[in-house]
Amino acid sequence: MAVLDKLKLWGLKKSPWVYHVNTGACNNCDIEVLELLTPRFDVERLGVLLVPSPRHADALLVTGICTRQIRPRLQEIYRQTPKPCLVVCLGACALSGGIFHDAWHFAGPVDEVIREVDPDAMIVYIPGCPPKPEAMIAGIAKALAQL
Amino acid sequence: MSAGSIIAVLLLAFVGTPVLGLVFKWVDRLLTARIQWRKGPPFYQPFADILKLLGKETLAGERASVGTFLLAPLLGFIGITVSAAVLWAVVLKPDTGFVGDLIIVVYFLVFPALGIILGGSASGSPHAGLGASREMKLVVAYELPFILAIAAVVLNAAGVEHAVPSFRFAQIHDAQSLSGPLLGSVSGFLAFLCAVAVTQAKLGLVPFDQAEAETELMGGAILEYSGPALALIYLSRAMLLFVMPMFVITVFWGGLALTGWGLLWTILKFVVLLIVIVLVRNTTARLRIDQAMTFFWFVVTPVALVACAISLQAFRGS
Repeated sequence: MAVLDKLKLWGLKKSPWVYHVNTGACNNCDIEVLELLTPRFDVERLGVLLVPSPRHADALLVTGICTRQIRPRLQEIYRQTPKPCLVVCLGACALSGGIFHDAWHFAGPVDEVIREVDPDAMIVYIPGCPPKPEAMIAGIAKALAQL
Repeated sequence: MSAGSIIAVLLLAFVGTPVLGLVFKWVDRLLTARIQWRKGPPFYQPFADILKLLGKETLAGERASVGTFLLAPLLGFIGITVSAAVLWAVVLKPDTGFVGDLIIVVYFLVFPALGIILGGSASGSPHAGLGASREMKLVVAYELPFILAIAAVVLNAAGVEHAVPSFRFAQIHDAQSLSGPLLGSVSGFLAFLCAVAVTQAKLGLVPFDQAEAETELMGGAILEYSGPALALIYLSRAMLLFVMPMFVITVFWGGLALTGWGLLWTILKFVVLLIVIVLVRNTTARLRIDQAMTFFWFVVTPVALVACAISLQAFRGS
């Protein structure tokens, strides 16, 4: 039913629950993610909730280069997230490896790792080292508008 | 009861209670946000959450017992809906009902916790199993003082009417129309305090949210749920946020009134209870499960026993 699908899409746009995955980050991006939940930026206005389980999530906030150790685990977490879901590559490390690009433990930028599991994955890129909270909110808002 | 009343009660229980529950959930999130100096979500947020969850796929773990896993949230939903139906029937027509309908409601209000326990155990995950075992311990801890608190006010109500105590909403309603809310007496007020403490545990809110324990257990008993099953759990929790204060007001605080100044007074009672629940939720820390059990067995139960003793003395005297 078209009406029900429109309602579900509206729900998805207004209520993105995020699960934070740190795939080997220096923690700077993670701290900036936590700042989003503080009163200054307050993403709960947009309906964003930090959920404790990937099974509850609509968006995976992935920070960090994907190290060799976590590569299969990140793919497993992506499989465990019910579709439709977004993957948000947060920060320069998740986009392309950042300053750690030539390191021995770098196992591919996050979008290649996810596309290996699901070629049609919806991936959002938010650059910055770390991205400013305003940039993160803008990125998530633009991604939701495009759903 | 006439057919019209039955249809009204069913509509209120199946449609009205979810809507009111989601509105109460929004008030909870708004108050929590304001206490934390944030703005909080818009008023349609819980409805958007439910609609979104209905559109997601349902995943189950490899080691889960899928049938039980998916039916457990339904168990909780049924429990709350039946309790809501009985309570709305009491509000619309206080004289209907039967001896023991109070016990029926107390019985069905255990179902949400049972749903969490069964669902967590059937999830096939050690985190969920741990959450389920914590919920079991909590239920063992809080059911006894709950029943003792209710027994105290039932004795008070019977004493007011000089009748045999029957666990019947009609008797409680009549007693409260005769001599004011049952929490007006010492034993009634003590029992009301016990009931409010148990309400916090039944709702699974801090300091008694050990079963879900976000930062410890990654969601605990509801960790593995996704999609429509999670929507049902979310909806049941929201409905419980409405039904538990409704039960406490009906039994202890004079009942609901739907017309005239009574309506304003009823809304005020709901607001006061909701504010107490949300304030306690935001200003306390989660207890360890053994601390929670000790609290219910050695603090709340003695208070409820004292209330029962005072009621029994007054009842024997009358």
